[in-house]
Amino acid sequence: MNASSLSFRGASVTAVIVVALTAVLAIGSLLPASSPIQISPFVITLAGKYLAYAMLALAVDLVWGFAGILTLGHAAFFALGGYAMGMYLVREIGARGVYGNADLPDFMVFLSWKSLPWYWWGSDHLPVALILMLVVPAALAALFGWLAFRSRVSGVYLSIITQALTYALMLAFFQNGFGFGGNNGLTDFKDILGFDLHSPYTRAGMLFLSALILAGALLASRYLVGGRFGRLLIAVRDAESRTRFLGYRPEQVKLLVWVFSAMIAAIGGALYVIQVGIINPGEFAPANSIEAVIWVAVGGRGTLSGAVLGAVLVNLGKTLFTAWLPEMWLYGLGALFMATTLFLPQGLMGLRQRFTPVRPSEVTPEVTDPEGGTA
Amino acid sequence: MKTFLAAALLCLSFALPVTARADEDAFSGLTTTQFNVIATSVSQIAQEGGPRALPVLRALSDHKLFAAKEGDGLFIQTDSGWQDARTGAAATPDPEMVRPVRLNNHVRQAVAAAEAQLQLIAGTPAERQAAATLLYQRHDPAMLPAIDAALGKTDDASLKTMLQDARAATLLTPGAPPSDEQTQRQAVATLYAAGGLDARGVLTQATTSEALAPATRKDAQDAVASIDRSLRLWGFGQDAFYGLSLGSVLLLAAMGLAITFGVMGVINMAHGELMMIGAYTTWLTQRAVMSVAPSLGSFSLILAVPAAFLVCGALGILIERGLIRFLYGRPLETLLATWGLSLILQQVIRSLFGPTNVAVITPSWLSGSFHLGGLEITLNRLAIMIFAIAVMGGLMLVLRRTSLGLEMRAVTQNRRMAALMGIHTARVDALTFGLGSGIAGLAGVAVSQIDNVSPNLGQNYIIDSFLVVVFGGVGNLWGTLAAAMTLGVGGKALEPIVGAVSGKILILVLVILYIQRHPRGMFPLRGRGVES
Repeated sequence: MNASSLSFRGASVTAVIVVALTAVLAIGSLLPASSPIQISPFVITLAGKYLAYAMLALAVDLVWGFAGILTLGHAAFFALGGYAMGMYLVREIGARGVYGNADLPDFMVFLSWKSLPWYWWGSDHLPVALILMLVVPAALAALFGWLAFRSRVSGVYLSIITQALTYALMLAFFQNGFGFGGNNGLTDFKDILGFDLHSPYTRAGMLFLSALILAGALLASRYLVGGRFGRLLIAVRDAESRTRFLGYRPEQVKLLVWVFSAMIAAIGGALYVIQVGIINPGEFAPANSIEAVIWVAVGGRGTLSGAVLGAVLVNLGKTLFTAWLPEMWLYGLGALFMATTLFLPQGLMGLRQRFTPVRPSEVTPEVTDPEGGTA
Repeated sequence: MKTFLAAALLCLSFALPVTARADEDAFSGLTTTQFNVIATSVSQIAQEGGPRALPVLRALSDHKLFAAKEGDGLFIQTDSGWQDARTGAAATPDPEMVRPVRLNNHVRQAVAAAEAQLQLIAGTPAERQAAATLLYQRHDPAMLPAIDAALGKTDDASLKTMLQDARAATLLTPGAPPSDEQTQRQAVATLYAAGGLDARGVLTQATTSEALAPATRKDAQDAVASIDRSLRLWGFGQDAFYGLSLGSVLLLAAMGLAITFGVMGVINMAHGELMMIGAYTTWLTQRAVMSVAPSLGSFSLILAVPAAFLVCGALGILIERGLIRFLYGRPLETLLATWGLSLILQQVIRSLFGPTNVAVITPSWLSGSFHLGGLEITLNRLAIMIFAIAVMGGLMLVLRRTSLGLEMRAVTQNRRMAALMGIHTARVDALTFGLGSGIAGLAGVAVSQIDNVSPNLGQNYIIDSFLVVVFGGVGNLWGTLAAAMTLGVGGKALEPIVGAVSGKILILVLVILYIQRHPRGMFPLRGRGVES
């Protein structure tokens, strides 16, 4: 049919698998502790973290796999979403904090601030936090993308300024005076909408909700890139100048997918904060953004499902490695980067396709760039 | 109450004979436990002078002066034993029966002034100069006679100037003996000529001093304003020096990157790690030289320069042959692969040498600083600036005057055409990558002198050096130079205004915005083969 049908049918399958597996985990965690198949809370936290990372990977795949923008700064949107949710969760602590101040978060009391800064206004309402979570990263992405795509910054140049962006944000959030808890970030959360964050029911519920949101994001992305717009996007990726000469506006196409992707990353960040229980400026580190790119590369660039698969597999590997052979993890991760780019340019999804007979109607999307490597 | 009085009297009756027995001299005050008596005694010792004054005061400030618990014996503890403080002869006090003479801040200040006063007369020329400087900085009215005495005796011009400054400062200090308006205005003029923060402090005080005539105070006010102006100018100069030195570090870090990126279009994420390996090579060279010929230890840095270049250059060629050549035409994949490589290199160094900092020694000929007008020039930073310029000059020579350089420029401008003209592009790529990596190693040698050498060293430089390359424009060394210096000086210029971290953030944002306006940097490369 069209160039992208194969992998995107996979997206709905992946969505179903994610929801089903998560449901099993969530139910398993609610079994009594005596039961042999009870899932420990630790596993639930890990699974929640993986799903949040899968959202980030999906966001990276949208821009890298479909628009050819290698972002090295997507963790910035992830962390901004996380901070928006963290602000709400910190306000929910109220008078139960160390200093017992009902109006000010602990770190502000510690810095002997007298009142909330204006940008914390309304942060005690979840709807405001949700709006902030989407609007702030989207606005930043829109501004950055509008400036960059309009002046046709592309390739490694774009990669490097996305990295500079997240680095600048990291430095800013590390400062105490910036009003987001400095070094320590936001943590010690108690509950969300009155549900205790430490209760197994809340945790199982949040995990399942994350799975539903991830499935929703997968389907939404599939809808976005599967149709006419998706083909335009791939045209921009593979031959931007040609697309421009055909009368399209590549910068608008890129901007739209860029902002959409930033919002998905931000939602991932919010889910991360709720389930992991902390957000600090380290999340902005450029290394995190680059790691997110390798999840996508491992899973398979431009396939949506591959991003989710890669994020879960690589992070599972990281968890196991750092538990058993902590000093070996960096070797493993480094080797993964090199091996994937050298031997598996299409990722694991590409591997699957390599062993399935290709019918003429199902040509996989071309990810290499015929214009001579400007990608 | 009665018993208390009786006890006090009893104590006195025991104490009095002791004091009476001692032949009173300036040193006696040191045997008490009251700080103000000790301080007075210190000043008195300095006034009297004498051969034993300086050794005793030195011992006092080094905590080596001990007083007998009974009697007024004073002893100096030496490496070999004890000596009598008053005579310098060997002595054998019972260590149980002596206690150290105690110091507080007040006494310490008195000792410093007293030492200065003594050294003015008895010290070596350098000591006298230092003493005069101290007297100038303290401008204690009590020292006025000492200053006058020293002024009368010296013929040394620079010492005389310093003493005259000290005298002027002392005269204007509250509590100085009254002087006529002519002398005061003369003093203000002298201090104004001297300049600097110390003079400014004295003059500021003088603007409100009741002891001075209104005209003198007006003079002082003008002088303060004028000194402020010149201090601000010197401050700019100092910031510019720091900025240029930071820029030189950035230049060293970015030059290699600029070469590899310019020729191959490859952003080598492991570039910072090559710098780190260069720094570790410096450390290893130093250790090797120290173990073979410890006397040559301070010159090991010179040996480290070629060593780091060769080690990193060889490693670079290895990386190009083993990894990067398989990824040509896919710059973004190269970026990811070299990032993976950087993680592995970090971990290798961490496993070999541990995760903590290693101590690279700064040789004596690179430590310290000198003053140039109101500037303080630190030698290691100056050396890095010179080194950066030398490396850049060398690189320019290679690019312009060797056949490899010619081939590299050809490949940069139009790879396909160069290949058609018979240039072996694969060989050029490998050598270029080796050259760029070798320069990273040189940057590592420089950085080892000013920064911590740890496996994470490279991470601190990689983002900045990327920005320099992109900001300057690819394939243009002058652009890299201009970008490095702009970022260095700009960062340092913003620092005092908005703070160090905010300054850095601002610079990042400005560069991001600049690249949006000029996507190919300040000096874009023009040529037929340059991608659209």
